[in-house]
Amino acid sequence: MTVLRTCGITKYFYDPEKFQVLKNISMEVQRGEFLSLVGKSGCGKSTLMYVLSTMDTDFEGELEIAGENLTRRSQNYLAAFRNRHIGFVFQFHYLLPEFTVLQNVMLPALKLGELSKAEIENRAIEKLQLLGMAEHARKKTNKLSGGQQQRVAIARALINNPDVLMGDEPTGNLDSHNSRIVFDIFRELTTVHKQTIIAVTHDEEFARQTDRVVEMSDGRIL
Amino acid sequence: MSRWVSSLGLSLTIARVHLVSKPKQTIIAMLGVTFGIGMFIALIGLMTGLNDFTEEITMTSSPDIHIYNDITESRPSLLEMVNPQGLNVVHNQKPKNETAKLRGASRMLEVLRRDSRIYGVAPMITSQVFYNFGPTQLNGQIQGVEILEEDKLFDLKSKMKAGKLEDLLAFHEGIIMGSGLARKLNLAKGDRVVITTPQGFTRTLKVVGIFQIGIGAVDNVRSYANMSMVQTILQQDKSYVTDINIKLNNREMAQPIARELQANFVYKAEDWQTANATFITGNYIRNIITYAVSFTLLVVAGFGIYNILNMTIYNKMKDIAILKAMGFAGVDVRSIFMIQSLVIGLLGALLGITVGFVLSYLISKAPFNGGDVVSLDHFPVNFKLKYYITGIVFGLTTTAIAGYMPSRKAGRIDPIEILRGQ
Repeated sequence: MTVLRTCGITKYFYDPEKFQVLKNISMEVQRGEFLSLVGKSGCGKSTLMYVLSTMDTDFEGELEIAGENLTRRSQNYLAAFRNRHIGFVFQFHYLLPEFTVLQNVMLPALKLGELSKAEIENRAIEKLQLLGMAEHARKKTNKLSGGQQQRVAIARALINNPDVLMGDEPTGNLDSHNSRIVFDIFRELTTVHKQTIIAVTHDEEFARQTDRVVEMSDGRIL
Repeated sequence: MSRWVSSLGLSLTIARVHLVSKPKQTIIAMLGVTFGIGMFIALIGLMTGLNDFTEEITMTSSPDIHIYNDITESRPSLLEMVNPQGLNVVHNQKPKNETAKLRGASRMLEVLRRDSRIYGVAPMITSQVFYNFGPTQLNGQIQGVEILEEDKLFDLKSKMKAGKLEDLLAFHEGIIMGSGLARKLNLAKGDRVVITTPQGFTRTLKVVGIFQIGIGAVDNVRSYANMSMVQTILQQDKSYVTDINIKLNNREMAQPIARELQANFVYKAEDWQTANATFITGNYIRNIITYAVSFTLLVVAGFGIYNILNMTIYNKMKDIAILKAMGFAGVDVRSIFMIQSLVIGLLGALLGITVGFVLSYLISKAPFNGGDVVSLDHFPVNFKLKYYITGIVFGLTTTAIAGYMPSRKAGRIDPIEILRGQ
């Protein structure tokens, strides 16, 4: 089953001068697929991921996620769509420092507002258990190590059971030990839980172990 | 866990966490508003308190409509009467030789007493007199009145410092004297005073009472005497009346009624607004100054809030970006910061009216000597609810405006710029 499909995505940068960063990109991602986007710095892989994330709307072509065409939708609609269908993990954890681990994980589900607070809390604990972080639930996020923080960020990304989990260099800021842990979690999510993952990475070892490697160069998929 | 997310929504929770996690900043922003509102309440309370005080004593001592023979009123010249069609120029016209008498006063009084819009009417004779004080003479004024009618209009009973109004009825040659005048003449109740009319007629009168209205301009010059007595010393007959004072049921109607009376009776009918124009203008200007000063204070507080919110938003860029990535719309982010600004505004304003009340209370207890001009021993301060409500509305409006611009900026932050590595 196709979770994500693009058709002829083209994008330009205008500053400092007009420059075509994405050239007619068409791709499909299947459900449960663990896909890595690789390529040299400046090849457009991050740009493509932000187009796929729906946060960047300044492009030509068609984008479809979970069977829904997302081209030319309003910012508010896309925000609600991201909340429901997409989870994010970035190079940095971006946890809210004033909140506890549990509160951070619950936040996207509270925003979605489909479950009661008690149900959300149960689900958040469940996700934290999946990532081995349940015992830290009541801690403030700044009391955790970098690897632990990244695992909390992954739990947060998973709280609404998204159709796609997107990662922008998810292990980019971690040592090899923690990178290993994060990779194993991703692996498990895709095989056991059929979670679709698209990750931008420049870590060759990480990429080599994913299901599919999409290599980009000069704004094209090779 | 229910303590975490209040029923008012996620934005409120996040806003609260932001406010509580930076208590010093929040309190400083709040104190700006508090100071502005507190000063506004204290200032407006004092200003309007003084205004109301002077208005009250002015209004109780001056009639709503005053009818008199204005001999300086310009009149058509003889030439114009004879030759109405021609181009007439009469240079430096003088008034006619006539007394200040109101002709047909008894008929006018009859008409006025039947008018349902009029609360009370009192005829009166006013004359300049000299009060003899040993070898020197003090210039002043004597009013011949029906003292009980005068009391009905101006509540003289409550203004009496010594003696009773009724004593004037009992004692034909009596006089009730303004407190300032009595002090200057070194007179007490029961003493005698010699007065001289402009015509040179002299009479010795007995001081039967002393009144104090509270305005130096009245208390230092005026005395009340019986009407018939004043008619006698002015060598006039029983029909001699120079002024008619009128109190209306509704004071605001004075202008149109005065115009109507002037047209009917031909004599000048002056309403209180015209008579007290300087005083009303003074009130108006004081109000403008008060609002201007308070507004300035609040604008300064507004800049404080603007700065602090801008700083908060700058520090929270990453948080805002991740919130937007995980599905918060621009309006959600904007409301997080708008709520913060409004909470600062509301708390600041509530604290401000408390401070304002305390300041007002302290001012109202501070001793103040009005001297000869007004009889005051404390500052009169207004505690009207409407100023406190205005204060809160003012505070909320300022903070809403000051908070709106940074909040809108936060709502428009592009998450990609921040989230994209480095």
